Amino acid sequence: MTTSAGVAERLTSLVGALRAHGMRIGTGESVDAARAVEELGFADRELLREGLAATLLHGPGQRQVFDPVFDLYFPRGVGGPEQRAAGREDLRDRLADALTADDQAMLGRLAIEAVDGFGSYGSSPESDGWSSYQTLERLRPQTLLARVRDSVRGQGGSTGFADRLLEDEIRRRIDTFRAMVAAEARRRVAERRGRDEIARRAVAPTADRVDFLFAGQDRLAELRRTVQPLARKLATRLAARRRRASRGSIDLRRTLRGSLSTGGVPMKPVLRRRRPMRPELVLLCDVSGSVSGFSDFTMLLVQALHDQFSKVRVFAFVNRIDEVTGLLERGRADPEGLSSRIQVEAAVTGYHGSSDYGMALGEFAERYADAVGSRTTVFVLGDARTNRSDPNLPAVRQIAERARRVHWLNPEQRSRWGTGDSVAPAYAELVEMHECRNARQLSALVARLLPV
Amino acid sequence: MFTSVDDVSARLAETGYLASPAVATTVFLADRLGKPLLVEGPAGVGKTELAKAVAEVAGARLVRLQCYEGVDESRALYEWNHAKQLLRISAGRDETWDEARTDIFSEEFLLTRPLLTAIRGDDPKVLLIDETDKADVEVEGLLLEVLSDFQVTVPELGTITATRRPFVVLTSNASRELSEALRRRCLFLHIGFPDEELERRIVRLKVPGLDEALARSVVRVVGALRAMDLRKVPSVAETVDWAHTLLALGAVSLDETVVQATLGVLLKHQDDVLKASAKLDLDAL
Repeated sequence: MTTSAGVAERLTSLVGALRAHGMRIGTGESVDAARAVEELGFADRELLREGLAATLLHGPGQRQVFDPVFDLYFPRGVGGPEQRAAGREDLRDRLADALTADDQAMLGRLAIEAVDGFGSYGSSPESDGWSSYQTLERLRPQTLLARVRDSVRGQGGSTGFADRLLEDEIRRRIDTFRAMVAAEARRRVAERRGRDEIARRAVAPTADRVDFLFAGQDRLAELRRTVQPLARKLATRLAARRRRASRGSIDLRRTLRGSLSTGGVPMKPVLRRRRPMRPELVLLCDVSGSVSGFSDFTMLLVQALHDQFSKVRVFAFVNRIDEVTGLLERGRADPEGLSSRIQVEAAVTGYHGSSDYGMALGEFAERYADAVGSRTTVFVLGDARTNRSDPNLPAVRQIAERARRVHWLNPEQRSRWGTGDSVAPAYAELVEMHECRNARQLSALVARLLPV
Repeated sequence: MFTSVDDVSARLAETGYLASPAVATTVFLADRLGKPLLVEGPAGVGKTELAKAVAEVAGARLVRLQCYEGVDESRALYEWNHAKQLLRISAGRDETWDEARTDIFSEEFLLTRPLLTAIRGDDPKVLLIDETDKADVEVEGLLLEVLSDFQVTVPELGTITATRRPFVVLTSNASRELSEALRRRCLFLHIGFPDEELERRIVRLKVPGLDEALARSVVRVVGALRAMDLRKVPSVAETVDWAHTLLALGAVSLDETVVQATLGVLLKHQDDVLKASAKLDLDAL
């Protein structure tokens, strides 16, 4: 690690792993990173981390991928801790003390010991490994909360008003410890399996590459927070496109008219001014449990882009369809509660709770036909899994005929379309269907598909 | 300019800027690698202050370009002093056209704006391009030439190249996505909220009269507010404001009434105030 060839190699594989996570890092940045390593040396690992982050990264969202990858390529050490871990109770005692004192260095050492002592599983060389889940399951740090709280109070470390904050603070310390355990387990696994593979597979992707269908609650909340920046980015892109498109062709009549004052020589070409036309947008969202995360996110994104359109109308359905435009506008302050509010306040389900595209789309074609006109672009959001009921293709055809364009965004992997109860291929013959699994794909699609 | 990362922290601290290790490391590298520094982060964490502190440490002149919508070449780079040019022309009536023409496009009639100012001259300078995200996309193109080669082209005079590179700090609140090309030319630094210990030191430094225990409580409450899902979480600037307020009110410790009465210093939206009050049990009495 101290030889320069070793460093160069390690740096390039670190960069390779980051690129595999979708970061665009050029050779120039790698060279800068190498110069940073030269300037900073290896004495302080945290300085090295900051230095590499400053030279390689371009935005704050990339940090949460960079940190675990850095931990793999520039590990804190090799192998297990010096001494074997003592018993479980002893470790819990020391963990409680460290949490009480909020001693980060001590927590780090305990995480190493804990993974070493309780995290290993399997015995054959192929199937063995280290598991943070198993470690935390045996150690159960969350059950230390009451004990740590009492000992902090006992020491008089927290009195008066700030005392009511104590439990949350301890909870955050425990979360830090859990993250440390996860990092340590990853490092130990990487030692055995090769870090390139672990860096590619075991590091969670950035928020914009999380699969809508498999995102947990916390990842969805994180995704929602990306709505505003994403919308701003898209809005600038759309505005630029509109500006370019408005520079039209030469208006011959007005150019000649203007040339009268210069004796018929057209000194100033006059460009044809286009009538500014902002498109109308209609969104049809499947809000049934399986895809609600996706619809939710998309609805919020479109709502955030609302000033790019002259009119946006949003309809939600499970097996019945209802307009939720108003709900979306009023609820902008509380995006978390959006899907539950839709379930409560809008009529989206009939006799049963599972989605039925045929019924919902048919009802839309019937009741809201006037929402779709020659200037309207319709987006349908859903996985086209209609629980074996009639897909009602004529309704879709009818909508497609009235609208300017219809795009169907499907959060499922393309290879899964048509499997089981999915009728995606049938719909895809009538309207354009696009795979849209994560925020990155969605923003690319929105930028490409939205009419100027 | 600096000998080590610790040297950066120590000397910045002398000016009253307490830097986290991340900040100190990046400043050190920006100086060593001679690259501009792009600083992002929420409002009020000290992005602009950082540039000022670096200027003070380096004994350099701070040249500031405040960006806004519509800032253009003549505001950022240079402008010709038309009035003076006209005077010059009408003053010299009996000279030939050639003499007059070459004359009026000389240095004497050039009004340098921040970017050109930062490049010319041999004295040390810190160039602060503040709120880069507020400027239009076209200005970024302008910055690219300046930031990668440290040169500016004035058609009538030729290319002016820096003999001494300024230390460049760009700040952004990310209200617009900066172009990839611009980001590539810079070292990237995200200044987030400081950890508890650092923030306590900042508060103690900025509000010297505040006692240690109260400062600790102040930072803890602010930390709790930041963990809540608010529209605008309090920043370091607000923490310091709050500490000043508490000191002015003569509060010796935090209790419901004091916090309730002064929450407006920390939170800028009414729904945030309501949410925070509920979470902190302020109306439980």
